[in-house]
Amino acid sequence: MSEILLQIDGKEVKATEGMTILEAAQRVGIHIPTLCHHEKLQPYGGCRLCSVEIESRGWRRVVAACLYPVEKDLIVFTRSEKIDRIRKLIIELLMAHAPDAFILQDLAKEYGADRDRFEKEASFCIHCGLCVRYCAEVKKKFAVGFVDRGTRKEINFIPEIAAKECWDCKECFPLCPTEALQAAYVLCQAMISSAPASESA
Amino acid sequence: MPRIESPAELEAFRNEILSKRDPNKPCITLCSGSACHASGSRDVARAIEEEIDKQGLSQDVEIRKTGCHGFCERGPIIVIQPEEICYLQIQPEDVPEIVSETIKGKKVIDRLLYTDPATQEKIVHESEIPFYKNQERLVFGSNGNIDPKSIDDYLAIGGYSALAKVLFDMTSEEVLEEVKKANLRGRGGGGFPAGRKWEGSRNAPEEIKYVIVNADEGDPGAYMDRSLLEGNPHSILEGLTIGAYAIGSHEGYIYVRQEYPLAVENVNIAIQKAEEYGFLGENILGSGFDFVVKVHQGAGAFVCGESTALMTSLEGRAGEPRPKYIRSNIKGLWEKPSVLNNVETWANVPLIINKGADWFTRFGTEGSKGTKIFSLVGKIINTGLVEVPMGTTLRDIIDNIGGGIPGGKKFKAVQTGGPSGGCIPERLLDLPVGFDELTQAGSMMGSGGMIIMDEDTCMVDVARYFLEFLTDESCGKCVPCREGMRQMLKILTNITQGKGKEGDIELLEELSELAKEAALCALGKSAPNPFLSTLQYFREEYEAHIREKRCPALSCKELISFYIDPSRCQACMICARKCPAEAIDGGKNKIHIIDQEKCTKCGTCFEACPPKFNAVKKISGEPVPGPVPEEERTVARKSKKK
Repeated sequence: MSEILLQIDGKEVKATEGMTILEAAQRVGIHIPTLCHHEKLQPYGGCRLCSVEIESRGWRRVVAACLYPVEKDLIVFTRSEKIDRIRKLIIELLMAHAPDAFILQDLAKEYGADRDRFEKEASFCIHCGLCVRYCAEVKKKFAVGFVDRGTRKEINFIPEIAAKECWDCKECFPLCPTEALQAAYVLCQAMISSAPASESA
Repeated sequence: MPRIESPAELEAFRNEILSKRDPNKPCITLCSGSACHASGSRDVARAIEEEIDKQGLSQDVEIRKTGCHGFCERGPIIVIQPEEICYLQIQPEDVPEIVSETIKGKKVIDRLLYTDPATQEKIVHESEIPFYKNQERLVFGSNGNIDPKSIDDYLAIGGYSALAKVLFDMTSEEVLEEVKKANLRGRGGGGFPAGRKWEGSRNAPEEIKYVIVNADEGDPGAYMDRSLLEGNPHSILEGLTIGAYAIGSHEGYIYVRQEYPLAVENVNIAIQKAEEYGFLGENILGSGFDFVVKVHQGAGAFVCGESTALMTSLEGRAGEPRPKYIRSNIKGLWEKPSVLNNVETWANVPLIINKGADWFTRFGTEGSKGTKIFSLVGKIINTGLVEVPMGTTLRDIIDNIGGGIPGGKKFKAVQTGGPSGGCIPERLLDLPVGFDELTQAGSMMGSGGMIIMDEDTCMVDVARYFLEFLTDESCGKCVPCREGMRQMLKILTNITQGKGKEGDIELLEELSELAKEAALCALGKSAPNPFLSTLQYFREEYEAHIREKRCPALSCKELISFYIDPSRCQACMICARKCPAEAIDGGKNKIHIIDQEKCTKCGTCFEACPPKFNAVKKISGEPVPGPVPEEERTVARKSKKK
């Protein structure tokens, strides 16, 4: 693995080929906020909170740090007016769904986000996909998945699988940044237990 | 049919087909694409077959069901060869007359011809109708001449000669160089140079590579790819095979949406025939080159037109864009180098090979070469598919080919580039169409949708409509698109309903920046375009909606009212009888009044009021005048006064 030198926030950073900007930054203690990132999981690029500005071959643009691979002589700005604006708006958009999530409240403080900027649609889930991906990638059980798409997208436990797998696992619970996952699980449990015995067996 | 094993055999076979065909034998060609079927061409086809049989002409007349001719406004279309007599809007009842008069009697039936609206002159030949005369139909032209289900028809017009040429007379480098030199840019949206895309895949070290046809046409109102695939599938297969040869691929896919059953049917027949003849499969034309093509039907999600989402879907997973920053021509389908081009792009390839890059680059502008097919729809007289050289002005397309705006209305804007394109106003109508020109004007080429809007169209509502489409089609993976669009749609809907407030425009701009900068894929990044371009050119409409609660185009239901002008009402009772909400009070000789509480703003009264009275008014941004006092409601009839 060859070594790559890049610059993050004015600091020379050594990284190895194949690393992402996020990994390179974490290695030297530069903090980039994330919501859908988890070190055990494949990068997802869903929340876009880790957006940073890069300067590469003469032009500046916004990329997701959790996905963008390090390049030689890459210049990265993890904070800028534009980046702060983007992060603030992402937090505000998500707070329309999960206004009381601690992680969002902390981020709101940091970026001056207004939790009430958008009308509340308290669905709690912020679609970070941590539960879905953890169950699929680490546990390989596929007990929880996304259904539908776009604004109608939701997480849902698959009752047939959940009935067998979830009770003794629940490893996804602490990953959820809001309470949506547990709510979905409770709902699923209710479905399973109310189903006729012959079907749930 | 034995396989064709060499270019010489191909030419011999072609000559055999041509020698069996009598150029003077009457041939009735009838358009038979999906749009043609919708306008009744299947019944016409049946009538022709029956009539030809009845009149005992089965041996003397050929009937050919072709793909779309493009002039869909006037379909179904019949062109009788070799005279090229063109009859429009044919009904089954017209068929006996056509057969006895034109086929047997060699007489032209005037009433079925095109009438030039300017000169009232009847036009006999298809190519002289202004709609066609002002086009340059390099790619789409063959559609009207061949039966897409017949490979012999394609061979008769020189089909697969480009493939034979590359396999035997050109190295794969030379093919690539020719396409690069032609500066063929992707017709599917981005306009990325096809040659450069091919080169990336070609140079990638992996042995397995793929070529893919993107036939996931999803823009509302656009159907050029469907018509090409339905009408001339072999040209796409030939282009694809040439591309495969250039990059060293042996496996190709056609990703086509399930909603296009006729395209699926025709392309499957084409593949089967091409395999039978030896244009696909192992050892193509005896050259030693192998290439197979498979058809994959998509379920119709708009986002699957996005290249990485298409490949994810092709792999059998949910069609979501891939988040990685790596080009799919390097790592695409199953992580292998994959060249994905749109239907029209592939269809251009055999032309470039046959006629050369120098010929191709004679058409178009500096940055955009060749022609482009547009689907011209909306408030336009000649709806249809048009193909023009790049660089043709929007005005030429709309006025000379499209025939202008119907109903004497004024042109307002043209929306190009599909849902994530933009609206271009009248003052920019002299803009030459090209990839860069349209982008600079705040819109884009996209796949070639062109929706014409007249003065009755509300631009805020147009932005709302496209945002609604995109919100519905978003995959929902990233926050800027899923949540940003959700909020943008809410705000735009509020504005069109008179609930807009100060700061809305700025908030929309902020959400637009977020999507443009931070969304994961091209759908999200371009989703704000409908808003941004309408704001750029029609800001005053946004402000009128927000500040004055007025819709200048008199289109947004919540912001308009219908009102009967008492000085014009003749108490004819037409509107009152037609009102579905029974909201109009009036009787004989009694001035009619609309009960605003009951009115559902359907506009029936507005349409029904005889133009000579013109008493029903549509108003916006002003209060409805109070009803006339009961004692003044008797109509004073001018004619009776005398």
